Amino acid sequence: MAREKLKAIVINPDWCKGCGICVALCPKKVLELDGSDKAVAVRPDDCICCRMCELRCPDLAIEVLTEEGEKNA
Amino acid sequence: MAVQDYLRQRFFPHMWCPGCGHGTILNALIHSIEELKLNKNEIVMVSGIGCSARISGYVDFHSLHTLHGRALAFATGVKLSRPHLNVLVPMGDGDALAIGGNHFIHAARRNIDITAIVMNNRIYGMTGGQFSPLSGPGVKATTAPYKTIDSSFDVVELAKAAGATFVARTTAFHVKECTEMLTKAILHKGFSVVEIMSQCPTHFGRKNKEGDAVNMLGLYKDNTAKLGSKALEEKPHLIPRGIFVEKERPEYCEEYDKIIAYAMKEKIS
Repeated sequence: MAREKLKAIVINPDWCKGCGICVALCPKKVLELDGSDKAVAVRPDDCICCRMCELRCPDLAIEVLTEEGEKNA
Repeated sequence: MAVQDYLRQRFFPHMWCPGCGHGTILNALIHSIEELKLNKNEIVMVSGIGCSARISGYVDFHSLHTLHGRALAFATGVKLSRPHLNVLVPMGDGDALAIGGNHFIHAARRNIDITAIVMNNRIYGMTGGQFSPLSGPGVKATTAPYKTIDSSFDVVELAKAAGATFVARTTAFHVKECTEMLTKAILHKGFSVVEIMSQCPTHFGRKNKEGDAVNMLGLYKDNTAKLGSKALEEKPHLIPRGIFVEKERPEYCEEYDKIIAYAMKEKIS
């Protein structure tokens, strides 16, 4: 199966209310809240594209964009 | 179509509090509809009154924002006049089972092809945190400062007994399961009920010292178990999640069409 490669984690700061659900429940701790309580992807290299942040976000503010990466050996 | 295309983006950010489970339910529902590739023009969302009912304003389908508890009555009218449409009825716990309790059991009895989603946060959030028929005993609310003594309804048992042909329960924590169940419920021919436990950190969480949204989601993870799982067998006090009923029974609109055909034949001959 081809592994998904992260293109970008797009967060809409106007929709994010800073509840912190994505920050706490990300299995790889990719996200953090910034000074104005908005989610930001601080460690995108660690992202495994599980999309749990996108699915759980109550504000529908996150979108995980991916591209097909090289095949897993 | 992307998720965003199913939303009325001009109304965002939505009015729900930070960390409200209702937003996650909207998210799961949109993902499920995207997966099913349903046409926006063939979906009707009918809602009543309450925090949960505001969901119909945010989706770019046909939508009706109706009377408190009467969403299923309006939905029955829509479905009977246009049976080819997919009718979704998201309701809050009070909306569905207190104010609309009667409509709920009778829609289930008729087995009309409607998808009822009970967004259960166990409180009346919009009006300031009064206890609801799903709060259960021992819960603090603005109208129960010394804790409630009322027993709660079990949505699953009630829907089962009333005759719903698809009954499921999940939570706002188990989002993938939630999307899956909504997909199955929409595809099911007949009255389907999906109870989704949803956190209200503003009223329920704060009054009952359950912490913030993240903490409340953790409680859903710890206090529920999948139907037929080992965890549920070992700890039967956990709240079961899963599909409880999935069966076939004559659907109301189809039966009604048969009656029309029969009556017309009588008239001609």
